[in-house]
Amino acid sequence: MEKLYKFLKYTFIILWTVFIVAPFLWAISTSFKDFQSVNSKVTYIPWLDFEPTLEGWRVLVKSPARGGVDIVEPYFNSLFVTCTASLISIVLGTLAAYALSRFTFKAGFVRNNDITFFFISQRIMPPIVLSIPFFIFLSTIGLLDSLIGLVVVYIVLLMPIAVWIMVDFFNRVPKELDETALIDGCNPYQAFYKVVLPNSIPGLIVAGMFCIIFGWIDFFFAFILTFTEVQLLPVKVVALNSSITPWWSLSASALISVAPLIIVAFVVERYLSKGNLSGALK
Amino acid sequence: MNLVAKNLTYKPDDQYHLNDVSFNFEKGRLYTILGRTLSGKTTLLKTIAGLLNPDSGNINFEDKNFSKVPVWERNVAMVYQQFINYPHLSVYENISFPLKQRKLNEEDIKKNVDDALKTVGLVGFENRKIQELSGGQQQRVALARSLAKKAKILLLDEPLVNLDYKLREQLREEFKTIFNEGLANETILIYSTTDPQEVMELNGEVIVLDEGKVLQTGPAKDIFENPINLKVAEISNDPPMNIINGLKIDGKITFENINIKLPKHLSQLDNKNYNFGIRSSEIKLDDSGEEFEIELAEISGSETLLHLKRGSTKVIALIEEVMNFKIHEKVKVEFNSDKFYVFAEDGKLISSPYRIKNG
Repeated sequence: MEKLYKFLKYTFIILWTVFIVAPFLWAISTSFKDFQSVNSKVTYIPWLDFEPTLEGWRVLVKSPARGGVDIVEPYFNSLFVTCTASLISIVLGTLAAYALSRFTFKAGFVRNNDITFFFISQRIMPPIVLSIPFFIFLSTIGLLDSLIGLVVVYIVLLMPIAVWIMVDFFNRVPKELDETALIDGCNPYQAFYKVVLPNSIPGLIVAGMFCIIFGWIDFFFAFILTFTEVQLLPVKVVALNSSITPWWSLSASALISVAPLIIVAFVVERYLSKGNLSGALK
Repeated sequence: MNLVAKNLTYKPDDQYHLNDVSFNFEKGRLYTILGRTLSGKTTLLKTIAGLLNPDSGNINFEDKNFSKVPVWERNVAMVYQQFINYPHLSVYENISFPLKQRKLNEEDIKKNVDDALKTVGLVGFENRKIQELSGGQQQRVALARSLAKKAKILLLDEPLVNLDYKLREQLREEFKTIFNEGLANETILIYSTTDPQEVMELNGEVIVLDEGKVLQTGPAKDIFENPINLKVAEISNDPPMNIINGLKIDGKITFENINIKLPKHLSQLDNKNYNFGIRSSEIKLDDSGEEFEIELAEISGSETLLHLKRGSTKVIALIEEVMNFKIHEKVKVEFNSDKFYVFAEDGKLISSPYRIKNG
């Protein structure tokens, strides 16, 4: 029984790993191919099956004037927008979540839970509902087709995630921890940043990761709210497609698009398993 | 110069958490608050600490109105029943945290922390992480942090309740020495618990709290010997005092066809129905006694608790050895009538074996 369980477990893990890794291998191999190698016959192994070339990668950094599709600028635009919006969302969201977790708000029939739901309801709506208001809003304040405008929109999209995750997290931090800090001579602000915040790092990391992922992969708003001045990576990658699908450069751009997320995942994984609150409450 | 509370009332929902609580606590003394779960003990301590604002009433300390002073300026210390420490800090940093907040210089901090560590027996644990400590050690750190502060008011909210039996006994012993030696003369120590035995051992001034109301105050011995009513008798005994509804007629007490010769201290009682109270430890197995049926037998430590039934009367007897009983078995027990309490139908104490009251 024990052996059978082990066998099934490892079989499943191996199958799953293949399922996850295969597309990456496919993309890596394809990114080094040219038109001939992709379209003639099935090929897998460089040098044996086909002659590898860097053309697919070169296209991504060449300027359009020289026949390339320059994704360097959109890449850094995307990094800037995602990181800035995530950071601001985490800071504001954490403060909001702490207030929602620790204080009681009453306004008419509105209570804490209603406010929390209001935040998350921003994400329940299909994005297309928000696109027109966002468009009008940004064009009114003159931020259409600009990095700042995108940051503003992304904060609206990402902050609910941060609030939602952090409210849940703070609710699990014993209130007695804050109270002890107050008794030990901290004012409420000091209690927050000297005691509660240092013990909330796992929650902050999870919230930050979700913000970065959702910000990084967004195509819809980046597509609707920008034209020529500013372009974000997802839009540019899609724009690669023309009458002939350039599988090689698409694969290359897909790989460098997921690269930051893979790095984030590996860095974060370490902290997630390490930090916990077990010492605060029995 | 005392801690004086007047008519504290706190009613956040439809139930009183504090109901007209007043007291006058003197410096350098130990006060224990005895009450069952949800009786308002924690609320009272949090009110003193300033974490809760009472709906009405006020607290004065050293002739100053305490209500205007925020928590962080009150110079109180509190130990919770959960082991609350700062998980991101080491043991040393935990204990020095309040001192750093108060901006003491490094030397004084070190001296205070070392003293506190010595008092709670955690020398050598300075650099440990909180998560690496056992529950008992975590609670010692919490206690050390509150001692190192040398606060004028030290609040301990059921500090032993989450510990296992053995550790509880051990820490309780240590607490007595710490309270006697480790505290400054001007500290007011307030200790809340559900355990009557803890109250008796700490032997301070007792406040019996129930549903937010103070039922009785006085020295521990007083509460034990003369509980003013049935409620106090129940709360201040573990297992709760047995209450038997019986009739007093000339020279005897009868209930469930049992006749017990009237003890001397009850000779002046009028003939009528009373609630007779008797502690579990005053009911003994005796072959010449009365027959009861066993409903349940619990073994706790070195004792056996027998839940007995006869007709509609249920009593608990505490047998001071471990014995095996079968449920529904019949046993004979004897009541030590010299230790009978008498309560009126409305619950008021009429007579106790330690003092005779008329009424």
